Amino acid sequence: MAFWTFFGLAQGKATTTWPTRGTNNGQKGLLGMPRFDAALCVPDCRACADACPTAAIAEGADGGISVDYGRCVVCQLCTEACPTDAMQPSSDWAFGVRRREDLVLGTEPTPTPRLKTAAFRRSLHIRHVDAGSCNGCESELRALNNPFYNLHRLGIFFTASPRFADILLVTGPVTHAMLEPLRATYDAMPEPRWVMAVGTCAVSGGIAEGGYACGHGLEGVLPVDLYLPGCPPNPAAIIEALLVFLNRSPQRVQGGRIGE
Amino acid sequence: MRGTLLADVGPHEVRPALERLLAAGGRAQMVYAWYPEPGRIELRYLASAAARENFRVWRCTPGTEMPSLADLAPLLGWYEREITDLFGLPFRGHPEPHRLVLHEGIPPAPPPFSPEAHGEALVPTGSRRHRVPTLESAEVQELPFGPVRADVFESAEFLFFYLGERIIHYQPSLFFKHRGMEKRFEGRAPAAGVVLAERVSGVGSVSHALAYCQAVEIAANCIVPPRAAALRVLLAELERLYNHLHYLGHLAGTTTLKVGEAEGKLLEERAKQINTRLTGSRFLRSLLVPGGLRRDLDPKPWLGTALEALREEIAAYTGLLERSESYLDRLMGTGILEREVAFDQGATGPIDRASGVDRDLRRDHPYAAYGTLEIDVPVEQAGDAEARAKVRVAEIGASLALMQRMLLLLPDGPVTAPAVPPPGSEGLGWAESPRGTLFYAVHIDREGRLARVKIKSPSFSNWRAFPVTVHDTNMMDYAINEASFGLTIAGSDR
Repeated sequence: MAFWTFFGLAQGKATTTWPTRGTNNGQKGLLGMPRFDAALCVPDCRACADACPTAAIAEGADGGISVDYGRCVVCQLCTEACPTDAMQPSSDWAFGVRRREDLVLGTEPTPTPRLKTAAFRRSLHIRHVDAGSCNGCESELRALNNPFYNLHRLGIFFTASPRFADILLVTGPVTHAMLEPLRATYDAMPEPRWVMAVGTCAVSGGIAEGGYACGHGLEGVLPVDLYLPGCPPNPAAIIEALLVFLNRSPQRVQGGRIGE
Repeated sequence: MRGTLLADVGPHEVRPALERLLAAGGRAQMVYAWYPEPGRIELRYLASAAARENFRVWRCTPGTEMPSLADLAPLLGWYEREITDLFGLPFRGHPEPHRLVLHEGIPPAPPPFSPEAHGEALVPTGSRRHRVPTLESAEVQELPFGPVRADVFESAEFLFFYLGERIIHYQPSLFFKHRGMEKRFEGRAPAAGVVLAERVSGVGSVSHALAYCQAVEIAANCIVPPRAAALRVLLAELERLYNHLHYLGHLAGTTTLKVGEAEGKLLEERAKQINTRLTGSRFLRSLLVPGGLRRDLDPKPWLGTALEALREEIAAYTGLLERSESYLDRLMGTGILEREVAFDQGATGPIDRASGVDRDLRRDHPYAAYGTLEIDVPVEQAGDAEARAKVRVAEIGASLALMQRMLLLLPDGPVTAPAVPPPGSEGLGWAESPRGTLFYAVHIDREGRLARVKIKSPSFSNWRAFPVTVHDTNMMDYAINEASFGLTIAGSDR
């Protein structure tokens, strides 16, 4: 069985140097959240809002368009429906934010208070709870431990027990049946503890929101410290969001706009 | 309706009809309910006869209850319980007359699909313990595990009755993740249903969207342009590829073959990055639409080269797996599913084929452009974890060959055709997903909107068969056995 060792050695290093060095985050060609350019928007046109399946796009108070990226499922329908180029496809996916308001386009950017996570900078333990996801988010969370992303190298680990966890990572729209197990998991975590909503379902309910079986994500269920919409968010987006939480990366989205 | 033979059958004629079908070598697929008009419930039984023959659909208006057929076709047992939970229709003589989709502890409100219900939240209260066998021996221990499990797993609760290392009885409790997805389709425009279908089971986005679109296309009597049909094959096979690669990595991990696990998951990542380059989505989403594709793709010439490079790496990897004694030792003889049990309980896909049942919708009931291709269907007889892994490895090879062939044959032309189903129409769509047979039944209302969408997912079927392979086995083999089934919970719970 020694051949596996030789095979591994011969393969060399498969892990990307991103985010420390280089730009190979593995997301080349990925379509992210749509970008909205109000200057190109035609008055009294609701094409994008009508096409949006999750009411992420709505008519704003001033007759214009309001966009809530916390509700976006990245289906690209608005970019196809838009008669001008106001709603454009983009590769923006680094949407991890500390405040829910930062996902709403046009919100006044205010400095986000820093979390006291210094002690966890090089050792963060995550407990994941699937509260009714489609398994897309889980697929990407599992990918974090593949050799390409290799989350361990960043000092971030998944843990089996909530007793050892620092942050609760929740996916899914929170089905009624998962509400109690989710709360029990949170209650079992020691202080200080934080909560991260991964995927549009956990942020706002997403495509499955409401009805007889689902809630509205973590809204009104647990206090959320880190929001990451996406359907599903890709592994690089999850890494970026975790680094934002640890104050190791700057938050790139403010007031619904992505900075460089 | 294209692809199906519809017949009206009285409540007491379903049993003899099913008996005749089974005697002729057919197989029941599912039963579902819907309201063609408020106050009148209707059942639809779906069955398959021989390959290349139309699917049989029996339409039946039940009285206040319906005779259960679970004794005759055990796989119907779960569908009947689901109808009781969601529509309130009881099945007389059911061998397991308990809650399934809605947990114990949910108060008896109007069932969510009945016309009296208006989306009331169904929240379980008090004891939610599902029915389990009574334990009479003091020596047998009970281990409840879940719904929050170790590591990154989907939520489900498993109950083990065990004695030392021996599992005496195993009972999974699913549907913690039941999102009521079928209900979410109702009232939407047919084209708007795709976004939902893509999100029923994330790692089956293409299969679900494809089966849904084909159901709508049949209702609309639409023929998809040849280029779209060919590109759909490409997308469906890319989905099979990354799913099967993940499966191999995960299976290697459960046998503690760490480098084997890492390599499998790295190859899965490569496949997902190819998906991104081709479609902009790691899960191949946002492309399918009733009538074809939302936009054209440009897979030439780079895709063939990328897939060939990946094929070489996969061949080297699976070659090593086949030489790893520690890995093979744990798979051989683990979790044996007998052919008869697989058939009766409705196992499907690679699970079914690893137990000697030679069935594949791509070959037996061709859709998209599969009818123009030679489909290689690997079948194994042993029914153990090794057979299930072998079938998947062979399917990866067949899938890669199929994609290269499709790329060579890729026709030019448009990728969309109009597909607007007329009011009152219906359609049945199907796809062979990486996990097995997937059906979407779609009914259109008088305004041309979706009245009812029923999803028959492969995991719902395979979860029913899986416990049979766990009873009376070893605790140490459980994780390997579960991995060898490659089950998803989202697809099953919906």
